[in-house]
Amino acid sequence: MAIKDPILIRNAVPTDLDAIIAIDDVGPKEEKPAYWRGIFAHYGSGEKKERIFLVAESGGEIVGFIAGEVRAWEFGSSPCGWVFALAVSPKSRGAGIAKRMFEEICRRLKGAGVTTVRTMVDRNNKVTLSFFRSRGLRSGRYIELERELD
Amino acid sequence: MKLNKGSLFALFAVLELAGNADRQLSTTDIAEKYGISTHHLAKVMRNLVHSGLVQAVRGVGGGYRFAGNVGRTTLLDVIQLFEKLESELDMPNHGNPAGEPIVAELRSITEEIDDLTKAILDTITLETALKNTRLRKEAAMAPAGKG
Repeated sequence: MAIKDPILIRNAVPTDLDAIIAIDDVGPKEEKPAYWRGIFAHYGSGEKKERIFLVAESGGEIVGFIAGEVRAWEFGSSPCGWVFALAVSPKSRGAGIAKRMFEEICRRLKGAGVTTVRTMVDRNNKVTLSFFRSRGLRSGRYIELERELD
Repeated sequence: MKLNKGSLFALFAVLELAGNADRQLSTTDIAEKYGISTHHLAKVMRNLVHSGLVQAVRGVGGGYRFAGNVGRTTLLDVIQLFEKLESELDMPNHGNPAGEPIVAELRSITEEIDDLTKAILDTITLETALKNTRLRKEAAMAPAGKG
């Protein structure tokens, strides 16, 4: 869909939280405010280049967000960038917003000294998986394993 | 994973047609490029036309053109027209229940592999595959030592 207003990718600020919570479509609604306040407290200041929390703004409205960080030696991996949250408002999808946010976070991660970006997506989330595939991500060397705790 | 000939030929055809959206290609064009049987490819093309992914163009200079959505069609969409991608344990049905626990475990492992295979193929669109193809071509043409 076409977006008339220019898209600005910038650091998240506290006043963005309500919009971010509204866009987020994962998890129980009642848990979102506390979760996102915690995320913002950890990533939102913009002071540490290893922690990144960005929003996409168009016409004064928040239409998407992306968050990530550099993780060092986790699971025996050399330091790399992780994108752990990405969403675009349904009414703003198809306008390249996710692409813009992803490019910006990759640029910042690279500036933080890493050469790899990584993410994890539910295999049933075809749209998001296809998006990351389209941005050049492929299966990595690590295999995710899990079991239910009885 | 081993694709059957139908699936493989279909991927060749669909990717070739989608990557040349401004042209129509004949069965011979595609078969010669990939060194495959024109006869077998013709059968594959009929299935692709029936599925709506490919359109046959009649008349002088006729051939085929891609008729699907390159950004929405995945490799799995194409493959599943020709095969199920479900592994089978090729073993005799001896009927002895003593071996069933091991058989069940092996079947579970193959199902896990199949699920992962499908998940990967179902998130690679034709557009992404073609983009990666272009990147490979560019990398191959780049001067040695660049990048």
